[in-house]
Amino acid sequence: MTAAGPSPASPAGTPTTAHPEPSSDPGTSGGACPYSAHAETSAAPLPETLPNAAPRGACPFDPPPVYQQARREQPVIRTKLWDGSSCWMVTRHDDIRRTLRDDRFSSDSNRPGFPFLTAGRKALTTDNPTFIRMDDPEHARLRRMLTADFMIRKVESMRPQVQELADDLLDAMVKGRQEADFVADFALPLPSVVICLLLGVPYSEHDFFQRCSSIMLRTESTPAQVTAAQDELHAYMAELTRTKRRNPDDGILSRLAERDELSDDDISRMGRLLLVAGHETTANMTALSTLALLRNPRELERMRAAGPEEAKAAVEELLRYLTIIQSGVSRVATEDVAVGDTVIRKGEGVLCMINAANRDEDVFPDADRLDLARPGSRRHLAFGFGVHQCLGQPLARLELQVALTTVLRRLPDLRLAIPFEDVRFRTDMLIYGVHSLPVAW
Amino acid sequence: MRIQVDQDKCCGSGMCVLAAPDVFDQREEDGIVELLDAKPPQTLWPDIREAAAGCPSWAIEVDET
Repeated sequence: MTAAGPSPASPAGTPTTAHPEPSSDPGTSGGACPYSAHAETSAAPLPETLPNAAPRGACPFDPPPVYQQARREQPVIRTKLWDGSSCWMVTRHDDIRRTLRDDRFSSDSNRPGFPFLTAGRKALTTDNPTFIRMDDPEHARLRRMLTADFMIRKVESMRPQVQELADDLLDAMVKGRQEADFVADFALPLPSVVICLLLGVPYSEHDFFQRCSSIMLRTESTPAQVTAAQDELHAYMAELTRTKRRNPDDGILSRLAERDELSDDDISRMGRLLLVAGHETTANMTALSTLALLRNPRELERMRAAGPEEAKAAVEELLRYLTIIQSGVSRVATEDVAVGDTVIRKGEGVLCMINAANRDEDVFPDADRLDLARPGSRRHLAFGFGVHQCLGQPLARLELQVALTTVLRRLPDLRLAIPFEDVRFRTDMLIYGVHSLPVAW
Repeated sequence: MRIQVDQDKCCGSGMCVLAAPDVFDQREEDGIVELLDAKPPQTLWPDIREAAAGCPSWAIEVDET
């Protein structure tokens, strides 16, 4: 394998399928990252303890190289967190699936040992937790109040509406102009308007709630800043809920209010979660996907020519390849559990690095290559796995399918308006993407 | 092939509906899995295996004996 010597934790029970050699022929074929970056990974031996927020390599679409190296050489490894504490980092696809589907790993951030990604995150998740930081049965009770709103059939019925919205936004973006910021004028407003409509939140307040969510998701935010932003958003949602109790509409907040079992605070927490999750993630996937396609002209032409079914598969591959959740998915063991060859002790934290798992060569051959026609791309873990798997994934898929096909169809000369080297990537945010994307057409 | 779904385990992700829409559906009131066809034709088996493997909450059991 590498100069690092025999891997100390090669998983038992994976007999003949050794990990393929790190790509030794990078960048020569269409769909590969436009950098000869993939061979850099195994250059140095892995440190005993990995940094939690390792730097990205030369290719901004790839996960940090050291996590890729860990997946090949030591797939369950110690990592050091911001506060000096350490926990486990899991990087293989199969190990992460098992971990996230195992109820001996808890999502409850109030349990001792739960790994927090930043100081701000600790304040955010322990202060006023939503159901993503709870375990069943309480998690299931609350989640099931929302699953009907995001089921496949329901979301699919929104396709014409989302299409119309995408067309309207593009009309406004191109009107009288030759350049625009694709993030501010299209990628962000599209999912933001949709989640507002679903919830019954006035979109006119978007400056306010986008500012709050931006503070909550910035890795450098202090605990005080994060708590203040969350409190502000919480108070806004609670007040909105009281308004809905008096004047109900057909949005989710009103329907939650109609149930007798939830307090204003309960509903505010759920609304907060949906509002933040509902626009930050899809917005960043839309912009980053567009940039990745602009950098891979052959794949861009494939997307432009794609019929509905091909577009669906293409979105799955983009979700796999880009995996914007760049921090780990946190869990804590409630008893001793073996992951691969490693026993995670009760009370120890685990970070599941889904970005590394989605490049696992055992599952996705030639994984560092963007291939919109890849068979089985839907096996990606971009939405997580287990009972906490993203509730809004059908909506995210729909929005991405509509957004990307519409933009490419309507703007045949779409191009980046600044040098690629000047694009500002969101390395400072828990959700990856680009801060802005100046484009011309 | 025999299929069983566990509605208590289901988290309503809808992954099974994407994989095998002729075999799985979601309940109108809460998005929880419903089995449309407990003994589906062999042509659908690959999709059903994908649905079972892709179920995030292990709510689909497939017996091929």
